[in-house]
Amino acid sequence: MALSTSSNFVSPDDAFRAIVEAHRGLTEAQSADLDAALVLVLANHIGDLDVLREAIALAKRRTLDASQQQQQQQQ
Amino acid sequence: MAQANTAQAKTQFGYRRHPDQDRSGANVAEHPVVVVGAGPVGLSLAIDLAQRGQRVVLLDDADRIGEGSRAICFSKRSLEFWDRLGVGDRMVEKGVVWSVGKIFHGASPLYQFNLLPEEGHKRPAFINLQQFYAEAYLVDRVEQLPEIDLRWRNKVIALEGRNDGVALTIATPEGTYQVHASFVVACDGARSSLRQMVGADFAGQVFEDQFLIADVKMTAAFPTERWFWFDPPFHAGRSALLHKQPDDIWRIDLQLNPDADPVAEKQPENVRPRIERMLGHDKFEFEWISLYKFQCRRMARFIHGRVIFAGDSAHQVSPFGARGANSGLEDAENLAWKLDRVLRRLSPEGLLETYHIERSAAADENIRESTRSTDFMAPVTRQEARLRQAVLSLAEDTEFGKRMVNGGRLSVPSVYDTPLSTSDRDDWRGGPRPGASMPDAPVTEQGGSSYLTDVFIRQGTRFTLLEFGNGAAADVPDGVGIIRVGGEGGLVDAQGLAGKRYDAEPGTAYLLRPDGYVAARFRNVTRPALDAALARAAGLN
Repeated sequence: MALSTSSNFVSPDDAFRAIVEAHRGLTEAQSADLDAALVLVLANHIGDLDVLREAIALAKRRTLDASQQQQQQQQ
Repeated sequence: MAQANTAQAKTQFGYRRHPDQDRSGANVAEHPVVVVGAGPVGLSLAIDLAQRGQRVVLLDDADRIGEGSRAICFSKRSLEFWDRLGVGDRMVEKGVVWSVGKIFHGASPLYQFNLLPEEGHKRPAFINLQQFYAEAYLVDRVEQLPEIDLRWRNKVIALEGRNDGVALTIATPEGTYQVHASFVVACDGARSSLRQMVGADFAGQVFEDQFLIADVKMTAAFPTERWFWFDPPFHAGRSALLHKQPDDIWRIDLQLNPDADPVAEKQPENVRPRIERMLGHDKFEFEWISLYKFQCRRMARFIHGRVIFAGDSAHQVSPFGARGANSGLEDAENLAWKLDRVLRRLSPEGLLETYHIERSAAADENIRESTRSTDFMAPVTRQEARLRQAVLSLAEDTEFGKRMVNGGRLSVPSVYDTPLSTSDRDDWRGGPRPGASMPDAPVTEQGGSSYLTDVFIRQGTRFTLLEFGNGAAADVPDGVGIIRVGGEGGLVDAQGLAGKRYDAEPGTAYLLRPDGYVAARFRNVTRPALDAALARAAGLN
């Protein structure tokens, strides 16, 4: 697997915090704009289509899992 | 509205009765190849076949060259093909040569690209030329070739597959008649009636956005570049394109809303204010206005028995990328030499299957590229629009953002993964790999300057060995052309560009197919290796 999912930050809390803070005070639309730009900047930095595809698959699986769980709870 | 300016080219042709029309039953005329549709693809294919010595019947249901706004951008590859057909100079003399594209976001330039940033090529990246000029010059060439029998107002109304060919029923102003053909090539456009007659599907994606094309006549000092705007001040929220054609005609392409009313939008009084806002003045006349939606689709198979499809009849793309007419011309150059070999029984009919393999892969590539461009111009979902916006804004200050902006990726020849190629065995650091088209380069011969593409034509546009000399000439079989660069009596690579573009060392040799694609390459060619590569490239094993 080319995508690294082990913890890469010395301080993961700082990284998470940096992203959260970037969104503070933004409307949902502004946040979505920010995320779109951020994803593109980071994707280019990675610069590896296979890694990007794995990252998309990993992220998307979680989204789908979450919506499936939601559906099951509703049933 | 003014008619398109066709004064410099003959566009009206007459129906003439042909003796085939008096034959019926067992006496029906037999032809090796009938090409249906005298557009750029059908005309070019017929010329290529005729130059290879084939007799061709070319049918067209009209008796005139269509005017109006159709293809305008013809690629370097198409010009190189037309050079082989003897019409390249005329096209380039009339055409507007260009290689630079500029992308604007709002009112400001975002970035520019050069499609041919290096010297030493005979032909430019592109010319713009109204399709009716291209067709008129091709018809002139057809008229010089006695092998081609061009029949206007001959409309195929039925076809029937037979074991050894196709029976065609043709309607004319004087009634119907039949001919038999060993092969039929359908170059009859996006609404191909032959495609319906063979019962083939034509699946793909329809785009909802509407685009308005206006060809306007004006004198303007804009450079001969392709200008593309996202969200311009004169057309807020949508995209726009401006491009120069000959005769002071400018192509303007404006994206409209999906729900725009096509009848109202087409009215000159409604188009005029838009163009005035774009140009900043009203000193122009309309040559043409039309509205279109487009589709990206292709036939599953380009060959149905002995009926072969080429150009728009086989595949359709969005116009952003100049991939319509150019890919049709690539179909024609790909098919002509193969069909010639099969008709001469030099190669088995299976060679034609590689036309389907190579050109349907190219169609997929063209559809992929033009779909991406279209999606970028007309984002489907809100999040897609958001990502597009992020790219456009990142493009203002990052290189990667500029590269992601997609205002049309312009046609380049496909590289074929094909059974006709012999895989590389030697080490290469560059140069065209097997399946790629031959790069051009300047060379000198006997005091005169020339280009590799021209030397290839003089070698007969056949299988040709391009050899970088190291003493003795390679041993090539009869019927194979030879181009020697360097060495005694060879072409002089004065600027070193041929050597560089082919990653050449003394002894390097490329086997070129009759369409100028690389079939195989060798660091040191031996006769057995060359024979094997030739057999493979001719579909003999």
